[in-house]
Formats: sequence, structure tokens, C-alpha cells
Amino acid sequence: MNMSNALCVEKVHVWRGDRHVLQGVSTQIGPGELLHVSGPNGTGKTTLLRVVSGLLRPEQGSVTWLGHSIVEHRADYQAALAYAAHEPALKGDLTALENLRFSVGLKRRSKPQELRGALERTGVAACADLPARVLSAGQRRRVSLARVIAMQASLWLLDEPYANLDAAGSELVSGLLQDHVAAGGLALVVAHRELALACNVRRLELNS
Amino acid sequence: MTVSAWEAFWLIVRREMRLSFRRPEQLIQPLVFFLIVTTLFPLGLSLQLSLLRDIAPGVLWVAALLSALLSLDFLFKSDADDGTLEQLALSGHGLTVIVAAKTLSHWLVTGLALVLVSPIVGTALGIPVEAFATMLVSLALGTLTLSWLGAIGAGLTIGLRRGNVLLSLIVLPLAMPLLIFGAGATDRAISGTNAAGALYLLAALCVFTCTLAPFAAAAALRITLE
Amino acid sequence: MWTWFYKLASPPYVYGVAAALMPWFLGLALLTIGYGLIAGLGFAPPDYQQGDAFRIIYVHVPSAWMSEFVYTTMALAGGIALIWRIKVGHAVAAASAPIGASLTLLALVTGSMWGKPMWGTYWAWDPRLTSELILLFLYVGVMSLRSAFEDPARGDRAAALLAVVGAVNVPIIHYSVVWWNSLHQGATVAKLGKPSIAGSMLWPLLSMFVGFMLFYGAVLCLRLQGEVLNRERQSAWVREAIKS
Repeated sequence: MNMSNALCVEKVHVWRGDRHVLQGVSTQIGPGELLHVSGPNGTGKTTLLRVVSGLLRPEQGSVTWLGHSIVEHRADYQAALAYAAHEPALKGDLTALENLRFSVGLKRRSKPQELRGALERTGVAACADLPARVLSAGQRRRVSLARVIAMQASLWLLDEPYANLDAAGSELVSGLLQDHVAAGGLALVVAHRELALACNVRRLELNS
Repeated sequence: MTVSAWEAFWLIVRREMRLSFRRPEQLIQPLVFFLIVTTLFPLGLSLQLSLLRDIAPGVLWVAALLSALLSLDFLFKSDADDGTLEQLALSGHGLTVIVAAKTLSHWLVTGLALVLVSPIVGTALGIPVEAFATMLVSLALGTLTLSWLGAIGAGLTIGLRRGNVLLSLIVLPLAMPLLIFGAGATDRAISGTNAAGALYLLAALCVFTCTLAPFAAAAALRITLE
Repeated sequence: MWTWFYKLASPPYVYGVAAALMPWFLGLALLTIGYGLIAGLGFAPPDYQQGDAFRIIYVHVPSAWMSEFVYTTMALAGGIALIWRIKVGHAVAAASAPIGASLTLLALVTGSMWGKPMWGTYWAWDPRLTSELILLFLYVGVMSLRSAFEDPARGDRAAALLAVVGAVNVPIIHYSVVWWNSLHQGATVAKLGKPSIAGSMLWPLLSMFVGFMLFYGAVLCLRLQGEVLNRERQSAWVREAIKS
């Protein structure tokens, strides 16, 4: 594996008040790999995701991307990642397309056709011009996935991407992940359910 | 291919404007509050314009401060609630640019609105028309500075219980120099003396705050997001 | 010297230093304050303008000065903790805040007591008193912010940022209050300045300054021990210290 292309998490410790949430977690992801982080509730899966994304600075330990610390090379790192939190993170008063134009527009210049294409790929092309607050939870999840695709990022950080989705939606997510990883992308997926993916999946189980 | 800080800045400003105009009640409420608070003083004190004129600068400024504080709650709250604040923080542009864009947009729809409404309030409090220019300039500078101070306070108090009370507690002491210089300038304009000194001081304060506050507010957001 | 700085970042070391220094600070503080009070209240001659009322400066002026010093210390400690992630700085800031707030309150109360014989009123919007009042608000803001967070680490960082922002604003607030007061100064309001000082008045005053500083040191050491223990309660060295 080409080390310079990897995401490395080294001995990360995080305390939340008195709780030692992450106790020296280390892992790495290379291109074409997907890391599935699982574990019971409250074991720090989302915390780990936030540390990897750079939102949370660990008390001890480090995260490096392409050999550089993500704290020192923040802009480059953020340009290469797409983060999808548990909430779909859409502005209710903007349409789905406007939401995408804004989020993606901060990362790269894109044409509206590309964004509509991304919405079509996740099956919500019809919602493109509807305000996000009238969409169902499942539709919003699909719009946030369209955002992840449209950002064209190499590293995907997804927190419970299967939430609020029906069987067809789950198949869609699996398909997107497989395609992304097959094309050389990296993904870190937090999911408490089992993943049945036809690609290179490594597992990190967090327990208290 | 990557987006420059300037482009990101304007993109955020455009988004904020679009969002504000789709929720006009968020703009109107602080303005109405401003009018209501100013009405309280004649009701509580006196209806004689000549008496009101003496306290008019203070009343105007206190009312402006309080209604600006009211609207500051909205600066980051909506984005924090629906998770878009995190997306902004991970967009590849430093939080400083993001905070600057949001604060400026916020001022354009709240502070500037207050400034535009102030002649009405000024007339109601007996401020002579000759003093309006000073009043408008001082309010423009003052509300801008206050938006910056409020951005720091709002960044620190997102998501806290009774955060808006804490916001006022934090921001008002820092805003006292503003009140002193702003009301002082308007007062001098009313009494006919030269208000330039006070206005220059206010402008200096504004520049000072505009330069440093974005960094402090970005740091505040970083702390909150952790 | 840098090794000493590194040691200062270590909570157990700081705990030890605080425990060792506290009795010294307290003893010296009692001596200097004792001398200052006895010499100032008992032996210094009455001021030719203010009579015996001026004696309040022996408490008012040191407490006002210290209230500002403690705020600066709190902001510095918090700033260092924020920038270099040295947690002991947060402990120092948290320990100092209530001390500073109490000193500010003392300055306000003694200032008010001085006001009655000077101006005939318990309160006047004098620049010094007004600045002290705003300083009290700043302290209350910092303390409230710290306690509003459920996660104490975030509360510390937020309070530190606010303290730094406040510290930057303190000179601005001072200047603006002086400016404001110069506009509106009535004939009956006089500044609470130090009266012209004779030697027998000066030495007790200086002694009180030193004494208050030492007193702050003593109380800080005491509170710092508690803060450090509380913050580090999960760590091994604290459990050892409790057992022994």
C-alpha cells in the first residue's frame, strides 16, 4: 500500500468530561479501502469521525493525511474530504439544488447540470427545486448523499449513511460506496448495522 | 479549480441574504422591538419633546443595543441547529472568512435596517433634523461594531441553555464604550457642538473591532464545534 | 529556564509548588497588611482636606489595583492555556476569577463608603467607580460562561477566550469612561484620586499593595490546589496523593 496516500490515525485519546471516550485508537485507510467503524451506542464512533474530520482536536494522538498533520494542512485536507453527519445538514428554506450549489460551490466550481446529475443519481431529481423543509427524512438523506458525490472528494466520512432509508435507498448507498472505493477513493463509514459490500472493507470495532 | 477566499465570502453573503429574505419575520421583529423600546421611554417619563430631547441619544442607543442583541441570537443558531455550521467549518476555507461573511450579512439586514429606521425614532424623541447626519453615521458605525462583538459572544454561547441571556451578559459590558461614544456624538450634534471627535473615536473603535473580532469569533466557533 | 517552564505545565508539580508556597504567602501577607492597617488607620496623620475619611484608600486603592491585576493574570493564564494547550493555565484562571471579582466588589463598596464623606452620596458616576463596575460585569460574564458548559474543558476554553477579549477591551473601556466623565462632570463631583501623599501615609499604602498581592498569592495557591485536584481527579498521581 502506498503510505503517502493514506489517512493515519495514531493513538488518539479523547475525554468528554470524565469519560475517556477514545482510548488510544489507531487505524489507517489507504486508497481503495473502506473502514467500517462499528460498536454499541456511546462508544465514541461519532467522536472518532469528528476527530478524523478535524472538528475535534484530540487530547493526545494525531491524524495525518498524505503524511501531513491535518491540523497544519487544514485547507488541503478539507478540500479532499466530504463529511456527512448524522443530520442531513440542509437549510430548510433553500431548495435542494440551492443547498448543493452552495455547499459544493465552496469546494469547487460546478455547473447546475452536474448537480442535477448528482441528485438524479441518488433518486431525488424531482426534489431539486423544492425547499428542503418539505422533503421527507429519506429524501433529505439522499440529497446529502448527492452532495457528497458532487463534491468529488477522495475521502468520504459518513456517519450512519443508511439512516432513514428504505431497502432501495440502502442499496443505493452501498452502490455509491462500492463505486467510490473501486475508483480509488477512501471511505470511513460509521454504521451500527452490518454492511454487505463487494469491496475492500476493514472493520474497527469500538467497545467501552 | 479551488475556490478562492473572496469567492467563498461572497457565496456565503449571497446565501445569507437569500435565507434572510425568505424569513422576513426575523428581520422585522428586531425592528419592531426597537420601536417598542423607544416608545417605552416617553410613556414612562414624559411626553414633552423638549425633555425627551435631552435623553434622546441615550434612549436611542440603548434601544438600538438591545434590539441588535436580540437579533444576534440568530447569527449562528440556525446553522448550528441543522448541522450546516459543521459543513461550513469543513469547507476548506478558514472559519475567519466564514465568520466575516456571516457577520457582515447579518449587519446588512439588522444593523443597517436599524440605521434606516432611526430617523423615525429620532423624530419621535425630539431629535432635530440637523443632528440626523451624526446620528445616522454613529449608529452605522456602532451597529457594525456591535455585530462584531456579538459574533464573538454568539460564537461562545451557541447551544447553551439560556444562551441569549448569557450573550447579553457578555456583550453589553464590551459594548459600553460604543454607547458612550455613539450617544456622546449624537448628544453633541443636538447641542450644536462639534461631534467630530466622538465620531472619530467611534470609527477607530469600529476599525479596531473589525480587524480583530473575526479571529476571536472564529476561535469561539472552533471551541463550540469541538 | 525552559525546563522550569515545562515543569510549570505539569499539574502535580504545580500542586506541590502551590502547597509549599501558600503558608509563606499567607504569613507575609498578614504581616504586611497588618502593618499597613495599623500604621495607616492608627498612626498616619489625617489628611488636611479629607480628614480621617481618606484612610479608606488603604483598602480601596490596593483592592482596585489588584482587581485589575487579577483580571490580567486570569486573561494571560487563559490565553496561554488556549494557545499552547497547557491545562494548568485554565486552573489558574478558574481559581483567580472569584478572587478578582471579590476584590472588585471590595473596591466598589469601599469606594462607595468613601463617596459619602466626599460627595455626600453613596454612589456617583465617577470614572474609577464606573470602570470598576464594568470590570465586575466582565468578571461575572467570565464566571457565568465557564459554568454554563456541561463539558468543563470547553467551558474553560470559552471562558479563557472571553477573558482575553475582555482584557483587550479594558483599556478601551477605561478611556471611554474617562472621556464620558469629562463631558458630564458636575461641580460637586471630584475624582477619587489619591490625596497628596506624605511619607507617613505612603509607607502603609505601599505595604498594603504588597500585602494584597501576597494575599492574592496565598488564596490563589489554596484555590489552585483544589482546582488542580478537581481537574486531574481521574489521573494516577491524584489517587496516590489521596491515599497517602
